[in-house]
Formats: sequence, C-alpha cells, structure tokens
Amino acid sequence: MSDDVSLAKEPRDAPPAAEELVVLADVNKHFGALHVLQDINLTIHRGEVVVVIGPSGSGKSTLCRTINRLETIDSGTIAIDGRALPAEGRELARLRADVGMVFQSFNLFAHKTVLQNVTLGQVKVRRRGRADAEERARALLDRVGVANQADKYPAQLSGGQQQRVAIARALAMDPKVMLFDEPTSALDPEMINEVLEVMQQLAREGMTMVVVTHEMGFARSAADRVVFMADGRIVEQAEPHQFFDNPRSDRAKDFLSKILHH
Amino acid sequence: MFDFLDLERYDLFGAFWMTVQLTVFSAIGSLVWGTALVAMRVSPVPVMRAFGTAYVNIIRNIPLTVIIIACAQGLYFTLRVDMGSDDQSTAYFRLAVLGLSAYTATFVCEALRSGINTVPMGQAEAARAMGLSFVQVLWLIVLPQAFRSSVAPLTNVLIALTKNTTVAAAISVAEAALLMKEMIENEAQTLVIGLLFASGFVLLTLPTGLVLGWVAKRVAVKR
Ligand SMILES: Nc1ncnc2c1ncn2[C@@H]1O[C@H](COP(=O)(O)OP(=O)(O)O)[C@@H](O)[C@H]1O
Ligand SMILES: [Mg+2]
Repeated sequence: MSDDVSLAKEPRDAPPAAEELVVLADVNKHFGALHVLQDINLTIHRGEVVVVIGPSGSGKSTLCRTINRLETIDSGTIAIDGRALPAEGRELARLRADVGMVFQSFNLFAHKTVLQNVTLGQVKVRRRGRADAEERARALLDRVGVANQADKYPAQLSGGQQQRVAIARALAMDPKVMLFDEPTSALDPEMINEVLEVMQQLAREGMTMVVVTHEMGFARSAADRVVFMADGRIVEQAEPHQFFDNPRSDRAKDFLSKILHH
Repeated sequence: MFDFLDLERYDLFGAFWMTVQLTVFSAIGSLVWGTALVAMRVSPVPVMRAFGTAYVNIIRNIPLTVIIIACAQGLYFTLRVDMGSDDQSTAYFRLAVLGLSAYTATFVCEALRSGINTVPMGQAEAARAMGLSFVQVLWLIVLPQAFRSSVAPLTNVLIALTKNTTVAAAISVAEAALLMKEMIENEAQTLVIGLLFASGFVLLTLPTGLVLGWVAKRVAVKR
C-alpha cells in the first residue's frame, strides 16, 4: 500500500537544471534481520533543503548516517558531487570532510575548548594554518552567536550554545552539504529556536541541507522538499505545503494527525 | 639501633636510586608500548587486534620473575642481545627495563582500554564524520580523553611497577631489594632492616599516589 505512491523525482519549483549533489540509488541496509533501509532512491540538488520526517525507528538517522558512511550499506550506490562514496581509507576521509554532520547529542570534543573544536578539522583535515583557522573559527562562532564562549569547554555551555558550536564546527570544513540528525531533539524548549534560526539562515544562504526533524514549523518555512519515511522506506516526498496540507499516503496522514494534534 | 647502617659499606641511596631509575624508565617504556597495544586492540585491522589481545593475555599471565630471567638468560646469554652495552651490569639493567616494560604494558593497555570505554561513541563519530583518519581519531580525540580518565588506574599500575622492580634483583641489578638481601645476610637486625626498606618504598609510592590523585581530579574531562 505504501509502495505504490508515485514519487515525484524533483520538487516542482526546483530550478530546471539544478545540479545533483547527493544521489542515493537502490540503497538497502539491514541490521541483522531488520531491513532498516529498503530500496531508497533519493536525489538532493545543490542548494536544496530536504527535511526528512517520519515515525521513530523508521530509519531516518540511518539514512543520514549512510550518506557519510558512518553506516555501511548492503547494496545500492551513494554518490556525492558525482563521485561514488569510497569504501574506506583516505578517499573516504576526504569525502567525509565535504559532508558536515550535526548530531542530536552535539558531540563536541569534550577535552577541547569551543575554539579548538572549530579549528581542529580545519588544521588537521583541510591543512589550514592555525592563524587562518582561528580567524575563520571566530567568524563562524560570531555568526552562530557564541563568539564570547570561544575559550570555554563544551560542558560549560548550554545545550543550545553547544549545538550552535557544533554547526560552526561543521561549517568550518566548508562542506558541500550539511546533515542534521534531529538537531533540536535534545534541547530544552527555550533553546530550540536559537538553533533553528541559525539553520534557517543557512538555508537562506543556499546551503544544501538534509534535516531530520520533528519541527514542522521549520519544515514548512525552510524546506524545499519534505521526505516522509516509514518502516525503512521513502513513502512520500513533496513540497512542504503540499505534504502538510494534502498528504497522499495513509501512513503520512496518520503520522501528521498524530503529531499535529498534540 | 641503626649502628648496622654503615653507609660506607651499604650504598642505601644508590640502591634506591637504582629502584627509581628502573621505575622511571620502565614506566616510560610501558606507557609507550601499552598505548601501542591498546591502539592495536581497538584497530579495525583483525590481525592487529588478534596480536594485541594475544600479547596481553599471554604476557600478563606469566610471572614477572620468569620474564625477567628469560630476558637475562634467553636474550643475553643465548641470543647475545646486550642492549648496546658491553658492560654486563648495564646490559642487565636495560634488560630488566625491557622485561618490566613488556610486562607492565599489558596493565597499561587494560587501564587505557577501560578509559576508552568511558569516551562516548559520539566523540569518535563526530571526529570520523569530519574526515579525520583512524589514527587521528584515536590520537587527537579518543586517547587524550581515555588518558584523562585513566589516571587513577594508571597510578595503581605505577605503584605496582615500583614494587615490581624488586624482581630485577633476580638478575643482580643493584636495586633496593638486592641490597636488602645482602644486609640481611650480614647483619643481625633483620626486622629493622625490613622496616627500613619497607619505609623506603612507601616513601617512593605514597607521594606518587597523592600527586597523581590530585592530577586525576585536575585533568578529568567534564561532560
Ligand atoms: N546500530 C544498530 N544496530 C541495530 N539496530 C539498529 C542500530 N541503529 C538503529 N537500529 C534500528 O534500526 C531502526 C531504525 O533506526 P533509526 O535509523 O535510528 O530510526 P529513526 O532515526 O528514524 O528513529 C530502529 O529499529 C533501530 O532500533
Ligand atoms: Mg533518529
């Protein structure tokens, strides 16, 4: 039933010749007996903001994590900017550097200051000089509104501040695409907006983004496309207003009725 | 009471100085080798993991005396490994350091491995996601945090090592235990001599424990 919904290949208002940046083709993955990703076909264009929603356990995090190969896949292909994702080694590391990732639990390096968190990858992976890296780090920290926390350790910051630092850390690598896996789910309610605002800003500036979130307001206002997942499949994808106002699949209708009436 | 203590005849400070040297060099050796072992044990390469696991499980279960004597008999006499010295007592000192390091490294490895287990998965994931290599993830992110949370168990290893240096007496390295044996043979005040050497070791290990206990608190990673 959920399989026969025809999938729009591209959002309607995407520019005609938009470049394909992330392409997942026939991706399958199992965790033991659990078929967690089933025949996933998903193309993300340069500059596009794709919001992934769906019930807990539907495979959203796993999908995100396969894109930079934190999880391996069993079959299918994933290409980033025209290049297939390498299996391991130096090539994989290089490709990962082009994919920024923001985690639900921030994962800032606990033994390093905020500034060191944002310079580390620039120096060790991008091979920038320390002075350049620090200058860029300070500019990014300023942009996400935590410039005055540069010399503190992550544990001394609020959750919202930590997550904004994590965004700055990912941006410091000059990624081609940013992945967000429920970036506001671990935050106290009053801190959610400060993180969403940073993400909104990024979206407006044309960053390519894949965002797993339950923040429907963000999905409506920032997304070019909403991808709805259930039981390891992409059940439906559409522009936000179309998806929210007029979902086609029963699974999506059911899901939306549950979360919107809460 | 201390009239047996003829410092002209018995080089007490020299002997304890030898104990300190054995401890310091073996501590450095075992820290380096133990770190290499733990890197192998968490590495994605199966052969390295197997080697690390086998090494730790075999070496830590062999009595230290056997290891030290094997270093002297096996390496020095049979294989003519003289550790770059044609003076036998220097060679024996270096072989003792080698044996103590090889043995103590297994305990350093296990202390660090439990330290690594205190580092949340997300730390290594964030580092990998950024494009750092396995070695960089380990060296820049995981091990520094593991060391900080392993200071207390590593202190225990260091204290055990300090006392274990007495085994070097088995191959005639002139450290404290060898001198004690000599004094007990020559003097009547056996109990006092025992107390003297026991105090000497407590004097070495007690401050170590106190200082490192303070360090452990200072460097602990706040999460
Ligand atoms: N490392 C893992 N090992 C085994 N099962 C896993 C693992 N990670 C996730 N799963 C399972 O895969 C399914 C999808 O998980 P996930 O991608 O985290 O879903 P979502 O992010 O949509 O909540 C869940 O049933 C989860 O229990
Ligand atoms: Mg998830």
